Amino acid sequence: MQSGDSKESSREIVVPGDLLDTTGMEAGPGTFEERGKVFAAQLGIKNVRQRMVSVVPLAGQYIPTRGDLVIGKIMDISASSWLVDINSPYPSPLHVNEVPWRVEFGETRKFMTVGDVVLLKIVGVDEVMRVQVSMNDHGLRKLTGGMVLEVSPMKVPRVIGKNGSMIQMLKNSTGCRIYVGQNGRIWIDGELDNIIRAVRAITLIEDQAHNLGLTEKVKKLLEETSSGKGA
Amino acid sequence: MGGTPTDIKLIDENGLRIDGRRPDQMRPLKIEAGVLKRADGSAYVEWGYNKVLAAVYGPRECHPRHLQNPTRALVQCKYNMAAFSVDDRKRPGPDRRSQEISKITREALSHVVFTEYFPRTSIDVYIEVLQANAGTRCAGLTAASVALADAGIPMKDLVASCAAGKAANTIVLDPGKEEDNFGQADIPLGYVPRTGEIVLLQMDGDLTHDEFTKGINMAIGACKQVYEIQRDALKRRYMARPVDEAIAAPPAADVRKEGA
Amino acid sequence: MSKDVMADLKRDHIAKLLSKGVRADGRKFDEARSLQVETNYIRSAEGSARVRLGGTDVVVGIKLIVGVPFGDTPNSGVLTTNAELIPMASETFESGPPDPESIEIARVVDRGIREGHAVNMEKLCIEPGKEVWIMFVDVHVVDYDGNLFDAANIGALAALKSTVVPAKRAGKGEDFPLPVQHQPVSLTAVKIGGQILVDPTHDEERVAEGRLTVTTIENGNLCAMQKGLVGSFTLDEVFKVIDLSRRIGAEVRSKV
Repeated sequence: MQSGDSKESSREIVVPGDLLDTTGMEAGPGTFEERGKVFAAQLGIKNVRQRMVSVVPLAGQYIPTRGDLVIGKIMDISASSWLVDINSPYPSPLHVNEVPWRVEFGETRKFMTVGDVVLLKIVGVDEVMRVQVSMNDHGLRKLTGGMVLEVSPMKVPRVIGKNGSMIQMLKNSTGCRIYVGQNGRIWIDGELDNIIRAVRAITLIEDQAHNLGLTEKVKKLLEETSSGKGA
Repeated sequence: MGGTPTDIKLIDENGLRIDGRRPDQMRPLKIEAGVLKRADGSAYVEWGYNKVLAAVYGPRECHPRHLQNPTRALVQCKYNMAAFSVDDRKRPGPDRRSQEISKITREALSHVVFTEYFPRTSIDVYIEVLQANAGTRCAGLTAASVALADAGIPMKDLVASCAAGKAANTIVLDPGKEEDNFGQADIPLGYVPRTGEIVLLQMDGDLTHDEFTKGINMAIGACKQVYEIQRDALKRRYMARPVDEAIAAPPAADVRKEGA
Repeated sequence: MSKDVMADLKRDHIAKLLSKGVRADGRKFDEARSLQVETNYIRSAEGSARVRLGGTDVVVGIKLIVGVPFGDTPNSGVLTTNAELIPMASETFESGPPDPESIEIARVVDRGIREGHAVNMEKLCIEPGKEVWIMFVDVHVVDYDGNLFDAANIGALAALKSTVVPAKRAGKGEDFPLPVQHQPVSLTAVKIGGQILVDPTHDEERVAEGRLTVTTIENGNLCAMQKGLVGSFTLDEVFKVIDLSRRIGAEVRSKV
């Protein structure tokens, strides 16, 4: 998908209002169309693929999208649901019929409490941004132990890497279990020293996301911090 | 606005202003984007001796809740002058002037933000004047536009802002402190150069029709320059580090587009 | 939610009428509503006026007291303008400290009076550097059907013209009429669907994209301007409102 683009001469940073196209291309994410011309709507990088021009934002909030895997925190409880903070302007209700347990009315507190960290999927988002999340899927559950790190949601693709290569390298090198939510939250569990190494590596990725040679830099950091050399 | 007779010569024999500028010259303007860590977006503006900081939080849950709009984001704005920003210490807290400026700045920015993408939320803009030397509302609006873009908020354009004025019977661009205090008119303008839309406009003083025409056209010209400086500040924020080709991965989230 | 729905329905209705060149109340686009001005309305005030502009009803009172001048203008009286949008005038007004709306109105009216040099402030000096007359212009909106800017401005001007400085009561000599030397008059227009309409009603204001107030004095010079709401104006539209303000301002001046 990327191979055709990787040889493009330059990545153009665009600013809201910048003219992107006048040849009738489709206005993709991060852009808007006005009288047949496409303009940038966000600060980001211009991306052209086939007949669509879009802008990959360099900053922004996490906007819940159906199908996304997210790491949430329980922020409130009612008799038949929990309210989940998914690091977005839109807290999401998690109903009792969207969890794998049988929960009686009023018993929600017995299963999960405020502060609990959960791995969820976004199953629905409507036009006024009401979000529905679910735990009813393979692999989804309450996450105990470990720690949660927050990065800018825009950097998540870099943490995952092409075909998951970056995250795999982190897991292999640290031996930690790592879940990356599309909402910029990352859960890491393992030996304390290794958790610290993973956090340092992820922090480097976030800081250097735009630079060349990121993979090499991360690899180097992981080697330097591996056991025997101290955290 | 003054008009008080003074022995300060606002325009000298060579037609130069008190700070040596020609009537059609703007003060030096520097803009930095992304200067604060906590805020979602930020910008710092140095315009002449003005030092203004703008920060944006949002979109985030709207507080107070009763102001929430079910179909769009609310843009809220608070313009404030620090107590030490002016020669005679200003008592902390919003005064009527600050409230008016907050209102008209909010209105100008609301025009360009795609508020419909974030129903029920609030986009909070904070403008803090650290050092004031006339033209702070223009500097504030200029900074706020950059901060909004820096926060990744979808906008149809940036708003550029600059004022024109009249001093010693001459139309001047970007009045400085003395020209503001002892001059004869002030025209702050908020402008979108790409579309020619005026989103902020005030005037006070005494102007003939021709004088107003000259002043506003001068301010429009200056806004075009301000716009380029704003754009440059945003690009420079990320330009310093060369962009890795892999950053252009398919966007994780689908920011809705017009007509979708 | 329902207010928004109503606003949308009204916007469509108003827009449909506008496309036919008609306003909901039958006025032309460049036509202001009927104006009634009554001066000396409040006995306890040194000057006052009640203005009815269509369905908008505003009472303006002027009070003067002796006070200390500002340091940088020792020979000049002091002007303070305030606007109260009291709850009886509209279900949308709440009691409490002035909100940004009322502050904006007060400041724009103040600008008109101040920058238009309506009053000879130097004649309000009693003893240079020590004592001057402090003039309070208080605008009370009692019924709201749009265009508070113009109603308040016209009310203030009418009240000023009827004001007598209470020098006797303050032991500062004989009473004298407030020295009014210029007549700043504002004209407010809104933009709806690309059309410019003067003197908007409440319904028109609610669906308006932008609002522009232009204040002129007798010789046609501009002394104040304020753009409001979240829409925009082109430069041509600004000049159109300026022309309307000159014309209608002259008509209003002859009535006040």
